[in-house]
Amino acid sequence: MDSKLRLIQQSLNTRYSEWIREALDDLPDNFTITDPSISGHPIVFASRGFLKMSRYSREEVIGQNGKIFQGPKTNPRTVMEIREAIREERGVEVSLLNYRKDGTPFWMLFHMRPVFGKEDGRVIHFVAVQVPISTKQRRNGGVSLSEDGSGLNEVVFGSCRKEVDSDSLLELRRVLSLDSGSKVLDIEETCKASDFEERRAATAFNNILSVLTHCSELTGRLVCGKRCSVPGAGYVSSSLNISLGRIKQSFVLIDPHLPDMLIVYASDAFLRLTGYDRHEVLGHNFRVLNGVDTDTSTLHQIKESIQTEQACTVRILSYRKDKSSFWNCLHLSPVRNASGKIAYFVGVQIEDDCKNRDGHGLSPEMRQLSAVGAVKVAVRTSSISAGSSKS
Amino acid sequence: MMLRIKRVPTVLSNYQKDEAEETARRSGGCGKNCLRSCCIPGAKLPLYAFKKVTNTQSEKGVRGNENKEPPVAFLDSLVLGEWEDRMQRGLFRYDVTACETKVIPGEYGFIAQLNEGRHLKKRPTEFRVDKVLQPFDGNKFNFTKVGQEEVLFQFAASEDGEVQFFPNAPIDVENSPSVVAINVSPIEYGHVLLIPRILECLPQRIDRQSFLLALCMAAEAGNPYFRLGYNSLGAFATINHLHFQAYYLAVPFPIEKAPTRKITTLSDGVIISELLKYPVRGLVFEGGNTIQDLSDTVSDACICLQDNNIPYNVLISDCGKRIFLLPQCYAEKQALGEVSPELLDTQVNPAVWEISGHMVLKRRKDYDEASDENAWRLLAEVSLSEERFREVNALIFEAIAIGETIAETLLDEPDTKTQSLEIENAITKSSHRPMVAGTHECLVLQ
Repeated sequence: MDSKLRLIQQSLNTRYSEWIREALDDLPDNFTITDPSISGHPIVFASRGFLKMSRYSREEVIGQNGKIFQGPKTNPRTVMEIREAIREERGVEVSLLNYRKDGTPFWMLFHMRPVFGKEDGRVIHFVAVQVPISTKQRRNGGVSLSEDGSGLNEVVFGSCRKEVDSDSLLELRRVLSLDSGSKVLDIEETCKASDFEERRAATAFNNILSVLTHCSELTGRLVCGKRCSVPGAGYVSSSLNISLGRIKQSFVLIDPHLPDMLIVYASDAFLRLTGYDRHEVLGHNFRVLNGVDTDTSTLHQIKESIQTEQACTVRILSYRKDKSSFWNCLHLSPVRNASGKIAYFVGVQIEDDCKNRDGHGLSPEMRQLSAVGAVKVAVRTSSISAGSSKS
Repeated sequence: MMLRIKRVPTVLSNYQKDEAEETARRSGGCGKNCLRSCCIPGAKLPLYAFKKVTNTQSEKGVRGNENKEPPVAFLDSLVLGEWEDRMQRGLFRYDVTACETKVIPGEYGFIAQLNEGRHLKKRPTEFRVDKVLQPFDGNKFNFTKVGQEEVLFQFAASEDGEVQFFPNAPIDVENSPSVVAINVSPIEYGHVLLIPRILECLPQRIDRQSFLLALCMAAEAGNPYFRLGYNSLGAFATINHLHFQAYYLAVPFPIEKAPTRKITTLSDGVIISELLKYPVRGLVFEGGNTIQDLSDTVSDACICLQDNNIPYNVLISDCGKRIFLLPQCYAEKQALGEVSPELLDTQVNPAVWEISGHMVLKRRKDYDEASDENAWRLLAEVSLSEERFREVNALIFEAIAIGETIAETLLDEPDTKTQSLEIENAITKSSHRPMVAGTHECLVLQ
């Protein structure tokens, strides 16, 4: 957990310097910043306005995924739209029903856009501006939203209110009533943001982006709002990063198209197993685990399996960062992308000594295979996006 | 007149291929390690026992309170692990991850897959398409004839209310287990078949108990991208042995993105809506106080369709919380010669996945030329006409209303008079009676 918090700290500091939080805190808007490269796609910054609106404390929010604000009435289709945008590394603007800490729901305009690294075109962060949606048409009374930090008093939910009514939330069993007024065919219970709110969101995003851009100049690692260069070989897209981050086993992805079989992804469990930091293995050769007593014929076997594009399982002596060794049951398998071509090799490690067979769970071999399966699904679907069926 | 179409059947099991030889061989030692009485004594398979969920709203992940870790993650560990194991053992007819796939640019985001291998080495077979219910025929291929290596695990409700996993559980013949098996012609990674009470040899026909099992599997997977589907006979089911299909594809399906219009809310909280702006007309079921309410309502609707000889497809989406019911008439049109030759040439069989927007194409040309318009044109042929859809809806709502009345009568009996009075009050207060409302409103919508 500690290491995750450290990653979250670094996420902002190394890119925008230590001044970034202060600078962002000066902005009045409600927004969060998330880092897709950290497993779980956590929130790494939440603005004061956002905390006030959601009634969470900063500690409760940092490190969490944005889904903690969703609840039973949040439209799954909208959530799907946001996920799709993240997968395709593009912006999205939708009306979203979120929940405060106390469980009360509120509608807001969710305006999210990626921020790219200038030099390599990678997605560095997603910024999500969240503007509460107000409407002045009062219908059948409503929930007052004056304390949302928006500065608009006496704001009442209009078209959205019906779905938000807390009674209907608690007492679903009684909602057999189609209220007589809604003979008009209401297409989905949604809430439309006004032009004013859309403009406000866009302005807020631009202000945040300008702070980020400015602060990134301090570290020399520039960011921009539009992708200015195409990520080179070895780039693991943010959506793939997010999917891979959910897989709990120890594994690495190797890009066979790069010279020298470089590691392009390493799971948290891999780092725990080997004692390395992520930056110490990414971009390095898979040989990093080998040591003096590693059997060369086994290494040859691995090489062969990669050349012939076949899966293989070997037992090999591997070395941690501290030079201590362990017997590594390594399973290696080719992984194909949406075009059906081999994009990576996945190597899943199991430490032989701690193969716990308690008889209740799955065997270590089966867990290893399930990691392979999950990686295959993640790679295939992250490259399926519209028009991007390139190899 | 009997309506038939000729089509190349999809091979779901490696044991389906030698059907012809098998009938020739007749009796004798089987030696295939199948699931019939010849091979089943002493056989063992993993058993996953799921926890019965009663409340549809108490789903995982809401408000951040994750459920406690089960001994085995159903989808991520068990299904994917066992499936990958079968893949490495070479049990599939092709490597589905080597099939090209893409989201077709356009408003709907139809998903296309080029699958040239799924279709090979099979001659077209005649299928009768005008009878949605047909008796089980033990002489034809059925899932008791698959090899045990194609079966991944047994799937049952837990007896003590907690998730349980037994890596090596005997097959309890008396209690006819439900099993999950691989589909050897997968259309995506993790493509499996759920075969309820396999040894009872049920024909392809929805019943309440089996449908609930399918919903429980969707809920257990807990991932909106792991969906289950059902094809009735006459709607492109190829095997008359009760089964659902399921697979993992982490992109939204066009049908899931289509807007809907609410038709009615039933007294048990189940909301029924109509699909809008989608080429296939259909109903969407969601909500309900319990997963059982939702399941029973959809089952009743399915039973109504099959009893009225109307072919249909079902998609179980969003972890079992949203169900799409799509009556269809493509096979009938095909048999009557009403489908255009260009569409027939694609040899796409519009079953549940195609209708949901995942198009499995067999020719490179169709894949390269895949577009919103082409997908739409095909699916539009599948859909009932507006008029027919209204008629079918009327039947469905009538059937659901009867279901509700029965449920309420059953409820009323042990109750005191005051309670039934309260129910009546509740109904009058809501300004309409739920049983009638459905049918009535449906007519109004015309």
